[in-house]
Amino acid sequence: MLKVQHLSVSFVTRLGANKAVDNVTFSVESGKITAIIGESGSGKSVACCSLLGLIPSPPGLIEGGRALFDGKDLTKLNEAQLRKIRGRDIAMVFQDPMTCLNPYMTIGDQLTESLRYHQKIRRTEARRRAIELLQEVGIREPASTIDSYPHQFSGGMRQRVMIAMALINEPKLLIADEPTTALDVTIQAQILQLLADLQKRRDIGILFISHDLAVIADIADQIVVMQEGKVVETGTRSEIFHNAQHPYTQRLLAAIPTGGKEIASPESESLIQIRDLCTWFQHSNAPVKAVDGVNFDIYRGEVLGLVGESGSGKSTIGRSILRLVNVTSGQIIFDGLDVTALRPHELKKLRRRMQFIFQDPFASLNPRMTVYETLSEPLLLHRIENRSTVAASVLRLMDNVGLARGFARKYPHEFSGGQRQRIAIGRAVATRPEFIVADEPVSALDVTIQAQILELMRELGREYGLTMLFISHDLAVVRQLADRIIVLQAGKVVEQASTRDLFAQPQKAYTRQLLQSIPGRGLLKGDVAGG
Amino acid sequence: MTNPAIGDLAQTQPGTSLWQDAWLRLRRNRLALVGLIILLLFIFIAAVTPWIAPYGYAQQDLELGAAPPSAAHWLGTDIFGRDLLTQIMFGGRISLAVGFVATAVALLIGITWGAIAGYMGGRVDAVMMRLVDIIYALPFMIFIILLMVVFGRNMLLLFLAIGAVEWLTMARIMRSQVQSLRQQEFVEAAVSLGLPTATIIRRHLIPNALGPIIVYTTLTVPSVMLLEAFLSFLGLGVQPPETSWGLLISYGAESMEEYPWLLLFPGLALTLTLFSLNFLGDGLRDALDVRGAKD
Repeated sequence: MLKVQHLSVSFVTRLGANKAVDNVTFSVESGKITAIIGESGSGKSVACCSLLGLIPSPPGLIEGGRALFDGKDLTKLNEAQLRKIRGRDIAMVFQDPMTCLNPYMTIGDQLTESLRYHQKIRRTEARRRAIELLQEVGIREPASTIDSYPHQFSGGMRQRVMIAMALINEPKLLIADEPTTALDVTIQAQILQLLADLQKRRDIGILFISHDLAVIADIADQIVVMQEGKVVETGTRSEIFHNAQHPYTQRLLAAIPTGGKEIASPESESLIQIRDLCTWFQHSNAPVKAVDGVNFDIYRGEVLGLVGESGSGKSTIGRSILRLVNVTSGQIIFDGLDVTALRPHELKKLRRRMQFIFQDPFASLNPRMTVYETLSEPLLLHRIENRSTVAASVLRLMDNVGLARGFARKYPHEFSGGQRQRIAIGRAVATRPEFIVADEPVSALDVTIQAQILELMRELGREYGLTMLFISHDLAVVRQLADRIIVLQAGKVVEQASTRDLFAQPQKAYTRQLLQSIPGRGLLKGDVAGG
Repeated sequence: MTNPAIGDLAQTQPGTSLWQDAWLRLRRNRLALVGLIILLLFIFIAAVTPWIAPYGYAQQDLELGAAPPSAAHWLGTDIFGRDLLTQIMFGGRISLAVGFVATAVALLIGITWGAIAGYMGGRVDAVMMRLVDIIYALPFMIFIILLMVVFGRNMLLLFLAIGAVEWLTMARIMRSQVQSLRQQEFVEAAVSLGLPTATIIRRHLIPNALGPIIVYTTLTVPSVMLLEAFLSFLGLGVQPPETSWGLLISYGAESMEEYPWLLLFPGLALTLTLFSLNFLGDGLRDALDVRGAKD
C-alpha cells in the first residue's frame, strides 16, 4: 500500500548538510502492522513525517527516493495535494496527546473539524459519526463526553481521542509515532490492544514508530530496524526476534531487560524505617494526598524497588526521605535519627550520607558548570577534599563512573544523555553516601544506554556498599536491580515482596495487572534468547 | 575509555561554555557587532575627553557667536561661541555615566531582590514583591521632583533616583526566571547535596537567569539615557555649567530655526548611541536564546 524506496532526507544548517534519513526502503501492507524501531536520532520519525510534508523545510529537504501511496509519489506532491491526503488517506497519532489537542476546543469540535473539511457533511451527521467512533475507541458515554475539553480526560483517554481523530476520515494508513511512550504501563497495554483490534476490524495498515522493541513485540507483523538514518535490518516479527542478523538488532534485543538479579543474602538490620508517612500537598480546596500512610523498612545493603504508575506517590516518597519536600506527618528514621525532625545544620550532615539521582539528566545538571565544577562541589562542601587535593579525587570519580578524564572541563551540553547521567551518578556517589534514592534514572535514556547505566549502578552499588531505593514505573527494569519490590497505588502500599516472589506469585489483583501489562512479556519468560 | 595518563586537570581539553557559545553567535551578527564597536568607541572617547577635546570646556569666542560648522569648529559653535564638538564630548561623559551607573545600580538591587524573592517564595516573596508594586505605583516624576527638592540638585542623586526606579522591572524579570529555575532538578540536586541557600542562589540560579537580564540591561541603558535627557530638558536634571546630551538638545530645540546644527549634532550623538544599544540588545537576545543553543 505504501512503498518507500531509497528515501533520503537532509537537514541543511549553517554547519553543513546533516543526513537524517539515508537511502531508506520499506513498505507497509494494508491489514498489517509495520514497526520502525530505532533509538533517538535514528531518523525514524523524520522518515515518516517527511512523507506527509510535516518536517520544517528549510532546513529539511527530501533529497531523493520515492514514496508510492495509491500509485502517487508523495514526495512529488505539492502542499495542497498533500493536505488532501493528510488526515483523509493517511492519518497520524502522536506521542503526547496533551500537546496535540487544542485545550480551548471541545473534543467533539476537534473531531468533526477534519471530517467536515474533508467530506463536506452536515454538522449533525458529523457529530453522530464522532460519537460512534468514540464508542469504538472505548470512551464511556460518548454522547455526553463529546462536549468535554481535553483537560477533563486522563492521559490514556486522551490518546484514545487522538486515535479517534486519526480514524474519523477512515484512512487507509495510520502512522503512530511513539503513541504509548507518555503513558503508564497498564494504559499502554490497553492502547496497544486497541490499535491491534482496530487494525483487524478496519483492515487498515499501521506504521508504528517506537524506540522500544518490547512494546511492539506483541503486535508488529513487520519490523524495520533503523540506526543513524539507515535501515539495518527488515524482517517479520519472528525473524527479528528469533533470528536477528545485524549486530545492532542483536544489541537492541540484548538490551531488553530480561531476567532478575541474584538476590543477595537478606539482612535484617534496617537502615531506614518509614512509619505512617503522609505527604500531602495543599491544593485550592482539598489536599492532594500524594503519600497516604505508608509503612516500610529499607534494609542495609539492599536495593529496594518502588513501583507504581504516575500519581502513585513513588517519587514523593523518595523526595520525602531526603526532605526535598516537607512531610505532613509520620516518621522517617534513618540510622536512628528522625529525618522529619532535623534542624538545618543536622540535615546538612545527613545529606552527606544520602543522595538523589534524578530522572532527566538534561535538567539535573547546571548547564553553566563544567563536569569538574559539578563533581568537586559536594567534595568541597562537605570538606572531604580541599582545593589542592580535589582535582585528583574528581578524576578518580570520573574513572569510577566510566567517563574519560579528558572530559573534565567540558560542559553538560557537550555530552549525550547517557554520559550526563554518568555525571549525575558521579555527583551522587561523590560523598560516599550510604543511601541513594534513584528516581527513574534510566527512563529518559535509549534502551542500549539504559542497560549500560543499570550495569554501572549495579557495579557502584557493590563497590560502595550502597543501600538503594530504586523508583521506576517499569517492572522489567526494577526486576534487574531490586532485591525486594514495593508496589504503590494512589499513595498506598499495595504489596511488598522479594523480587522473585512478586514475579512468581503476585498476591494482589493490581500487581497482577501491572505484571500483565509489561510490554513483550513473552520475551521476559525467556522464549527468545536474543543476541 | 578512560585515559589514565591524564593526571591533572591542566592536561584536559577545555570545553565550550554556553557563554562562549553565545559570543560565537553574537560575532556572526554584523549589526550587533557594529553597535558594540560604536558603543565601545563612545565610551573610550568619553573616558579620555579632557585630554583630547579640541577646545577647553568653558572656552568661549563671544565674537564668533553661533557659527555653522567650519574647519576650526567641526560641528560649529553655540550662541556663546563655545565649540559644539567639545560640548557634545563633555555632555556624553555625563549622559553615558548616568546611563551605565544608574543601570548598574538597578542591576545590583534588582537581581539580588528578585533572586531572593523568587527562591524563598511564600511570605518573603509576597512582602518583597508588594514593596516593588508600591514603588511602581508612585508617580515617577513626583518622586524625582521630591528627591530634588529635599536633597537639592546633585548628580549622584540623579543616578540613584533613576536606578531606584529602574530596578523594579529587573527584580520582576529575575524573580520569574528564578521561579522557573527553582523547579529544575539541578537546583533540587544542589539542595540534596546540602549546599547553603546563598550558594545555591549565587552559583546555580543567578548564572542561569542572566541571559534575559543582560538583554534587558541593554534596553535599560537607553531608557535611562532618555530619562536623563527628559529630566534635563525639563530643567530637573543636569544644570549648567555642566552639560549633557539632553541639555544640549534642549538648548538646540530653542534655536532650532536659526541654528539647526545645535539640535542636529547632539541629537545624532544620542540617536547613534541608542541605536547601537538596541542592535546590541537584539543580537544578544538571539545569541543567548536557549532554544537556539545546540543541545
